Amino acid sequence: MDSARSDILARIRAVPRRQPAPVPRDYDTARSVEDPVGLFVERVEDYRAVVRRVSEDELPQRIGDCLARRGVSNMVAPPDLPESWRWAGTRWSLDEPPLSLSEVDSADGVLTGAAVAIAETGTIVLDAGARQGRRMLTLVPDYHLCVVRADQIEVSVPEALRRLDPTRPLTFVSGPSATSDIELDRVEGVHGPRTLEVLVVDI
Amino acid sequence: MGRNPVTWLGSPTFPRAARTALGDTQLRTNLRKATTTIRAKRARAVAELADWERLRRAGEAIKNDVLANLDTYLVRLEEAVTARGGVVHWARDAEEANRIVFDLARAKGADEVVKVKSMATAEIGLNEYLRARGVRPVETDLAELIVQLGNDRPSHILVPAIHRNRSEIKEIFSRAMAEPPDSDDPRVLAEAARRHLRRRFLSAKVAVSGANFAVADTGSVVVVESEGNGRMCLTLPETLITVMGIEKLVPTWRDLEVFLQLLPRSSTAERMNPYTSVWTGVTPGDGPGEFHLVLLDNGRTATLADEVGRQALRCIRCSACLNVCPVYERTGGQAYGSVYPGPIGAILAPQLAGDMTDKQAASLPYASSLCGACYEVCPVRINIPEALTHLRARAVEARPKHTAEALAMSSAGWVFRDPRRYEAAQRAGSLSRFLAGSDGTIKRLPWPGSKWTSTRDVPAVPKESFRMWWRRNRG
Repeated sequence: MDSARSDILARIRAVPRRQPAPVPRDYDTARSVEDPVGLFVERVEDYRAVVRRVSEDELPQRIGDCLARRGVSNMVAPPDLPESWRWAGTRWSLDEPPLSLSEVDSADGVLTGAAVAIAETGTIVLDAGARQGRRMLTLVPDYHLCVVRADQIEVSVPEALRRLDPTRPLTFVSGPSATSDIELDRVEGVHGPRTLEVLVVDI
Repeated sequence: MGRNPVTWLGSPTFPRAARTALGDTQLRTNLRKATTTIRAKRARAVAELADWERLRRAGEAIKNDVLANLDTYLVRLEEAVTARGGVVHWARDAEEANRIVFDLARAKGADEVVKVKSMATAEIGLNEYLRARGVRPVETDLAELIVQLGNDRPSHILVPAIHRNRSEIKEIFSRAMAEPPDSDDPRVLAEAARRHLRRRFLSAKVAVSGANFAVADTGSVVVVESEGNGRMCLTLPETLITVMGIEKLVPTWRDLEVFLQLLPRSSTAERMNPYTSVWTGVTPGDGPGEFHLVLLDNGRTATLADEVGRQALRCIRCSACLNVCPVYERTGGQAYGSVYPGPIGAILAPQLAGDMTDKQAASLPYASSLCGACYEVCPVRINIPEALTHLRARAVEARPKHTAEALAMSSAGWVFRDPRRYEAAQRAGSLSRFLAGSDGTIKRLPWPGSKWTSTRDVPAVPKESFRMWWRRNRG
């Protein structure tokens, strides 16, 4: 194994190389749009996800509306999910102590917050931080309800990446699971959650 | 060291394979529909970004930096991954990489591994290697599953089952699945795949993936996908093994801001792909407890040594060049007889195979009309036509010296060296116009010229050469 390492490095070093020109960074590292929240909503909808804008006060009720409409009775959630988000009509299993895979698999859905969102691409980024829990929670259940605060929304990819810590496990979610492998027809849901609903909280 | 599996054993040369493919009208219909659709979609996705050209130039420059300082960045990546609890392995060739993966799977007592779609593991023939030793590889990407269950070969980098339509897929699933789909609606077919794979995801101990990018500074590895099968493999099994070509690095976290814009818009023509996963070593309590990163050479350092050919190593496997290529659109990917089809395959596969005396590999740089569309769409500005002509020259050099072409070229040299011989040849050549039809083209030359005219028409040589005209009018 060690000899493979030194062989490969030696082969690379044997190639005569010039230092290339510096990387031109004249692309847009930030972009401004009039209404980033509106753009985010529009772009997430393009992936056929359901998005609603709500106020801070009405958030618990609107979470309840979503769960009732879907008829779910059994939700999983990260341990630090705010008490007020846990709508009373549903049974909540918090991931503490850690739920087993089969417990997560048998849940109807999961409710989380987010770390950052990207308006231009309609992307939600999860970093296993506050109100998000570990990666398995947002992956295995078939329904993901996600709360994004308006001040978490950045316009472009470069702006969003600046706010993230690369050493955390990151998941970028752009719409529900989808495939275009059969005649390039977009079909929602193969293995990840087939339904993604987003509540955007205006601050 | 065995033969590099990047090109498929026993494949005919490209012209022969292309002739067969061209006769398959179903294939041509499927391909035309798919490539036309994706071309139009991509153009719209790219037009949204006013700084697209600047992003391309940045992408090109970042990858050139990676290639110029590959040793430094690889060592940095190794340090960062190790510091975060991962284990780094180095593999000189396919055999070495396969053995590392097999030994790791065996050490975990796994008789089955789940796989994220990966060009690197296809390139080294990992599935065949594992299967021969009693470990079942399960492809979990829908298209790869279609290919695997149909005992077929992939025909596109991004959508490997692009050559199949829905009724063919229904048939393949019906034969291979315990619960066969009852219609050919893509929704029903996707649901059948979900059921087929669900239990495997939940019980797998070992997963194998490729990597789209790895960040040297932080040790972060990135996988870009759509269906969630990638996330399943990267999250649920206890052990994750990632096989990555040594060129798939970016130096810093910031560099991803360029590639996370270039890649989805170039490949699936979306603003962003549904899922992107980033992980750094292991995170206790979240995801695999064990992470192995296999750094694969397999012909890459040899490619790096070729000043013109090395630009192929900038490739981020978006497959935009396939979708615009007039040759690919008509022949499909399987005619290339290699893991990497299309324009990028025509320059990457022969270099990775590293054997220009192999007739099949040497035929690939000719699978092009040199129209340049591939260069225009490439998000990292690989000058594919330039590399193609360069590799054609290498293919000719590697050829034995007594071929008809070599004879023709050396006699042409003899003719060109003497003005009298040259004029005599011109006069003789103008006689060939008697072979031409009324439209002034020659459809069929006698042998050996027939090898040329079997695939194209030749304009007839004019009656009078320029030299003759000059002498008559000005002389």
